[in-house]
Amino acid sequence: MEKILNDFSVGLVFWQAILFVALLLLLRKYAWKPILTSVINREEAIKEGLESAEKAKEQMRQLKEDNKALLAEARMERDSIIKDAREAKDKMIAEAKEKAQEEGAKMIENAKSVIRSERTAAVNELKSQVAGLSIQIAEKVLKSEVSSDAKQQEIISSAMQNANLN
Amino acid sequence: MGKNILSVLLFALFLAPNLSFGSDEVTTENIDAKAQKNKEHKEYINHHLQDSYDFTIWHEYGIGFPLPIILIDEGFHIFSSSNFHHGETVAESNGKFYKVYHNKIYRTDAEGTITLDDHHHPTQVKPLDLSITKNVFTILIFSIFIFLLFRSFARSYGENQIPNKIGRFMEPLVIFVRDEIAIPNIGEKHYKKFMSYLLTVFFFIWFLNLAGMTPLGIGVTNNIAVTFTLAIITFLITLFTSRKAYWGHIFWMPGVPVPMKIVLAPIELLGVFIKPFALMIRLFANMTAGHVVMMSLIALLYIFPNWFAKGAFLSLTLFLSILELLVAFLQAYIFTMLTALYFGGAVAEHDDH
Repeated sequence: MEKILNDFSVGLVFWQAILFVALLLLLRKYAWKPILTSVINREEAIKEGLESAEKAKEQMRQLKEDNKALLAEARMERDSIIKDAREAKDKMIAEAKEKAQEEGAKMIENAKSVIRSERTAAVNELKSQVAGLSIQIAEKVLKSEVSSDAKQQEIISSAMQNANLN
Repeated sequence: MGKNILSVLLFALFLAPNLSFGSDEVTTENIDAKAQKNKEHKEYINHHLQDSYDFTIWHEYGIGFPLPIILIDEGFHIFSSSNFHHGETVAESNGKFYKVYHNKIYRTDAEGTITLDDHHHPTQVKPLDLSITKNVFTILIFSIFIFLLFRSFARSYGENQIPNKIGRFMEPLVIFVRDEIAIPNIGEKHYKKFMSYLLTVFFFIWFLNLAGMTPLGIGVTNNIAVTFTLAIITFLITLFTSRKAYWGHIFWMPGVPVPMKIVLAPIELLGVFIKPFALMIRLFANMTAGHVVMMSLIALLYIFPNWFAKGAFLSLTLFLSILELLVAFLQAYIFTMLTALYFGGAVAEHDDH
């Protein structure tokens, strides 16, 4: 203890106090203030950067969600359009079928009536032709039957015989 | 690994001039010589730890230079320490004679007589000694070094906010002092005004501790006057920044019964002085102890003649010097941390607890 007290030097305390305080003031002005300011500035810049990145990420997420919603909407719209189209197609096909059937039926009916009238005409014609032919045949037969006198005599006689003149 | 080899080589180099000592054989004839040698080692260590009037790095070989002596004794007396011839002669200045006795300057007569009293203290007058001693010179050099280092670091912050190489090493330490020492102990609100002091004290102690680890013998943090000054500055700042709540806690401790308040007041008041005193003693004792142990181990290298023992002590010295590197940082950290803690107590507000 005595040795420590003996070593204690007022001069050293005096000079060290001066030097230390001078160092403190100089460092405060030329080192600590600029260093701490730069460090704080950089920390803030980093913080801001991180925040803006976070914000951008959030925006991206929002955008993606919007896109998803939009896509879903579009898909729904497409589905409904397809459904409408299918319904329209079915309806059209059904209508066309009905119309075609109607038309066909009508056409068949027409054809039938035409055939009927044609047949009547044909039968009538056939009838008249058959009559003409019969007359012609009868004419030819008569012509050939009564061409000879004997035949004429015979016919007359037969006719005379049958005709009982009472 | 390469660095370890380098340290071993450096140690070897440092020890080389005295290696001849080691080969001495211990015989009955030279036991007296051995006791004498032990005494020499002890004196060498003491001398190494002491302040001195000239800047000697290697005093057996006289490598160094004299420093100015400044005395206030009925006027200024300024002369070179070389006038003392390493304490062997009397120096004369303005008609007064001075002599160094046990590392202190006394006013004597032309013959340099020193008379001792019953307690072996000289009876001569001690003039007020403001000499630029080795320690003052070291502090000056290191203050300039620290200032230039940190100024260049501060200046290197450019547009891209990235410091230079020194800065990239020192900046985490600056942030460490702020985030691990200042903010937790003082609080977000008040820490800013103490940052300059905390940073200065931290780097000052750390650099000077490291300087003391070099074999140059320029350890200043193992001088009680240096740690006393640092502790006193901490104490003064604590006093001048203290708020009402700080004194309230000392004289009228809130939350305890009245008799306890009366008992606690003197204890707390004593604590005000014990805190900086502990700061002073802790740094001084740690650094002194470290140096004594290191130098004793180095001295053992000379005392033991066995080369295996020498090898063992060399590795032990190496190990301890690495430990001391850690202690150099740790003591700077502890001093700064406790300083911040005391500041935190001084600026604490009533509703802080």
